[in-house]
Amino acid sequence: MFDFATITHWVDELLRSFLPHATATLVECILIGLCLLLGYALIALVLIYAERKVCAFFQCRIGPNRVGPYGTIQSVADMIKMLTKELIDINHIDRFLFNLAPFVVIIASVLAFGCIPFAKGLHVIDFNVGIFFLIAVSSIGIVGILLAGWASNNKYSLIGAMRSGAQMISYELSIGLSILTVVVFTGSMQLSTIVEGQADGWLLFKGHIPACIAFIVYLIAGTAETNRGPFDLPEADSELTAGYHTEYSGMHFGFFYLAEYLNMFVVASVATTLFLGGWMPLHVPGWESFNQIMDYIPSIFWFFGKTGVVIFIIMWFKWTFPRLRIDQLLRLEWRYLLPLNLLNLFLMVIVVVFKLHF
Amino acid sequence: MNLTLFVVVLITAIVLVVAAMSIARLISPRSYNKQKGEAYECGVPTRGKSWMQFKAGYYLFAILFLMFDVETVFLYPWAVTVQDAGIDGLLNVLFFMLILILGLAYAWKKGALEWK
Repeated sequence: MFDFATITHWVDELLRSFLPHATATLVECILIGLCLLLGYALIALVLIYAERKVCAFFQCRIGPNRVGPYGTIQSVADMIKMLTKELIDINHIDRFLFNLAPFVVIIASVLAFGCIPFAKGLHVIDFNVGIFFLIAVSSIGIVGILLAGWASNNKYSLIGAMRSGAQMISYELSIGLSILTVVVFTGSMQLSTIVEGQADGWLLFKGHIPACIAFIVYLIAGTAETNRGPFDLPEADSELTAGYHTEYSGMHFGFFYLAEYLNMFVVASVATTLFLGGWMPLHVPGWESFNQIMDYIPSIFWFFGKTGVVIFIIMWFKWTFPRLRIDQLLRLEWRYLLPLNLLNLFLMVIVVVFKLHF
Repeated sequence: MNLTLFVVVLITAIVLVVAAMSIARLISPRSYNKQKGEAYECGVPTRGKSWMQFKAGYYLFAILFLMFDVETVFLYPWAVTVQDAGIDGLLNVLFFMLILILGLAYAWKKGALEWK
């Protein structure tokens, strides 16, 4: 299987051959930043297009089809439009916090994005507490949303931000506990180790019942965490106009939009990495020739394919279920998912301690 | 090395926002209208302040979240070593979790999990 580390080593040696040590490191840092930025923007554009097309097909429409073949350049046109829209100055806002909020939201999503192993040898940050770090940084986003709602001095924004805060912190417990279940199984928090531990079978198959429960809980909580689908009441258009970003205009609003889609990608790719084997190909023990054919498919296709499937499921949720009320939302988390999660953790520990897994 | 990369990613995020904002400020049009600065609400001017006291229910859930989130953080180091710690470790952690589950049961009985 192709290892991306060969490319990075080659670039590293090339730079060091004609540049002094410190300059080479600096150039590498800039290159990493640029690649990350490019990937971030590209994934956001693809996701926005995919969302509109998927939504259209669910509602028996065609969706964007004017700009470019099958409307593929539509989201680029949208981005240019968003850049050229006026940034309106509002009178009674807390200007400092109002401008700070997009920074916090974007920083949280970019940091989480940087932790993901995309393919063999293709990841930026690889801490030994990787998954823990990922949860920690992605929860900073809540602060940004609360700041945005509070600083706007608008009642819709305030209600949206408060709802969003209550929802996101509640569902973060489920995310934390279902990831804890995975950590119990793998015995490591480093994302690269977790992926390599799934070489002989994805965790969903190896951990059977508790892993499947954890996966389902993670998907529900992840959908709620990104304020999407049936859990989109922080920005329920029909009652709160746009929720916490009502007062934001132009590119200011664009950042929240960007972060929302990237958070969806991060949630889906964490689900892929933890439960579906990350960039590992599908291997069936005993079927040697089948395994060899699967090894020919590059790891990056495996990763993005699996993530795409999970993203499609999350989009499917959105266009299938009606929006929940806040009391139903909190009841689902605190009365059903949290006790279920604690029980599931116990089940997983029994499976691991008595070696009942495959 | 990871710490350097963390700083690089952090700076990338800040550069993304600053660059996009400065491009937007450079090319976006500007016009003045007195109504534009008002809060976007119902069409009539806003009544009262928006920075006010808010429903206490949210605060209650925040407190409960704090309790269980800290529990999760405490459980992570144990989760990494669960295969070595074995049944002894499991019994110790079960005692810790029992206290928290009792806390959850108490909150449930008191009606703290009810949205009012």
